[in-house]
Amino acid sequence: MDTQREIPGIFAGMLAVIRRDLLLAWKRPGDMLNPLFFFAMVSTLFPLGTGPSAEQLEFSGPGVLWVAALLAMMVSLNTLFLQDHEDGSLDQLLVSPQPLPALALGKTIAHWITSGLPLVLVTPIVAVAYRMTVDVIGVLLLTLALGTVSLSLLGAVGAALTVGLHRATALLSLLILPLAMPILIVGAGAVSLAASGEGLSGGVFFLAAYAIGALSLAPFATAAALRISNE
Amino acid sequence: MWKFLHQLASPPHFYRLSIKFIPWLMLPAVVLIGYGFYGGLILAPPDYQQGDAFRIIYIHVPSAYLSMMAYMVMAIAGGIGLIWRMKLQHAVAAAVAPIGAAFTFLALATGSIWGRPMWGTWWEWGDPRMMSELILLFLYFGYMALRAAIDDTAKADKASAVLALVGAVNVPIIHFSVEWWNSLHQGQTVMKGAMDPEMLYPLLATIVGFTFLFGAMLLRRIRTEVLFRERRTRWVKEMILSEEGDK
Amino acid sequence: MTTGRKVLTAKLSASGLSLLRGERLLIRDLDFALNPREMLLLEGKNGSGKTSLLRAMAGLLEFESGELLWDGVSVRKQRQEFHGALTWLSHRTGLKGDLTLGENLRFESGLRAQHDIDFDGVLKRLGIERLTLLPLRSLSAGQQRRVALARLLLTDAPLWLMDEPFTNLDREGRALVMELVSEHISKDGMCVMAAHQDVQIDGTVVKVNLS
Repeated sequence: MDTQREIPGIFAGMLAVIRRDLLLAWKRPGDMLNPLFFFAMVSTLFPLGTGPSAEQLEFSGPGVLWVAALLAMMVSLNTLFLQDHEDGSLDQLLVSPQPLPALALGKTIAHWITSGLPLVLVTPIVAVAYRMTVDVIGVLLLTLALGTVSLSLLGAVGAALTVGLHRATALLSLLILPLAMPILIVGAGAVSLAASGEGLSGGVFFLAAYAIGALSLAPFATAAALRISNE
Repeated sequence: MWKFLHQLASPPHFYRLSIKFIPWLMLPAVVLIGYGFYGGLILAPPDYQQGDAFRIIYIHVPSAYLSMMAYMVMAIAGGIGLIWRMKLQHAVAAAVAPIGAAFTFLALATGSIWGRPMWGTWWEWGDPRMMSELILLFLYFGYMALRAAIDDTAKADKASAVLALVGAVNVPIIHFSVEWWNSLHQGQTVMKGAMDPEMLYPLLATIVGFTFLFGAMLLRRIRTEVLFRERRTRWVKEMILSEEGDK
Repeated sequence: MTTGRKVLTAKLSASGLSLLRGERLLIRDLDFALNPREMLLLEGKNGSGKTSLLRAMAGLLEFESGELLWDGVSVRKQRQEFHGALTWLSHRTGLKGDLTLGENLRFESGLRAQHDIDFDGVLKRLGIERLTLLPLRSLSAGQQRRVALARLLLTDAPLWLMDEPFTNLDREGRALVMELVSEHISKDGMCVMAAHQDVQIDGTVVKVNLS
């Protein structure tokens, strides 16, 4: 038997996964809109609940928008592996010659592009409604960009652990939200600092470091969790 | 020694040996906690700032410390079970979770009682230690919920081990970020700095004493867990039969 | 079914395999040896463990004990190489209904395909060359299964692991599968198959009954 077979390498495999997931999202654009609507809704609920005074909006803006973004990401994470688990393509990923963490990272990247990135792009609209100034919005976008990357990575682990389980939605949130609190705390905190005139702070470095750390570790945890959940 | 450890990893050997350890853990526990409570609750003078309210630290501090240690035990046991495929380690992880959660809850409750006279409220969001404990409680709930959601024991073991490891990596990060947040919003902390020896020694005694107690409780729970997991094996059946025969 | 020393020199061999599902011991102490130009046929009632055994061989489940060896080396020590040498066909197609046939196979190629595969030839062989632009969910179950079979030809791996490959196929489809397997075997290929029905293959067939 010919042993000189060439098998597509790590990046080729990862790219194939990203391409397929983006294609799937493209064919069902409604799915991408769901988290965005959720984000907009939660952002709207707060002023309705606590009163629309200008001071209150400015004060609570960073926190509210960050919480809304966090919840919107939770909503979008549920289905990350669900379809693959049900139609058997998860099997195929698990027996692929490429390292599973690379393929898991591919799925995570595709998830961020279809969920995190749109969120960051939509945020300025809502931020303006919260009377944020341009420089604060800049910090908000930067922290959200880094934060949503970390959330996609961390959330993928949770999604992999809970795929196919009864009440996976609630369980996923219960697992990931406590772990995501540092991201929320530092992200919202950094924006608050910017809002009170302190400009770009150390929080951004924390978020960047977290994102890099998550990038190097989370795919391995996700891969382990996928193997376990697919049994 | 190596053989002893090796034997300890096998469920039937562990079960037989562990029953002997429990009294050796309970005795120091009772002595140390007894001394600690006597020294702290009765002998030590009231604090010049907090009055008698500080006495609750004799329960609060051990609980908080054990809540963290229990999580580490859970994560390490799960990790060993996952990587080296040792069944007993998974039983340890499963057994320690409720104990850790209970200590976390105790730490939160005693911390709240302690803080009330100073904060003027039952809960202070700005306190970094309490926030860390609260998040730790959620981590325990998540762990136990994941275990409960998976029917197959082996699968639940592995999945929760991954979760515990991810959590363990995050615990220091959570701690750090909450402290940072607190410094940002200028909240109040509960802990004091230096301490009188009259207050300190009983405190150390309760910390060590509670740790022994934790050990004893953990051994008991692991034994129950092992018995349940191995309920269909021959050694369990033989043991039950022989015990019934003795009676 | 012990084959002793012969086990170690075979291309794919197993010794002492045990498999646990839930609390049940499905497989106990299984040995076998498989070489190129041979097929291993797993027979047995529903629930006897055929699918579980195949999934464990593919690396989707863990064996409780025992070793699976590829080229004499434990599969556990060379997971990626082993995966590169096999194609897994489960009774779920593993394809995406929203994507067209072409898009689905493009993905499969991206993960596994060899560079010099004649894509159109493969489609013609499977009788699906006119369906490339339709979303997969609009095809019949039998047509979807044919698309899944394309995976075998695109990857061209030495070892085929097939779980109930005849599902949803009409008589022509079943004959096609048997043809493909026969050809594969004759070109020094190997196959492990779990099937309910009678399988007619040109080549050495070793049967294992799991009941």
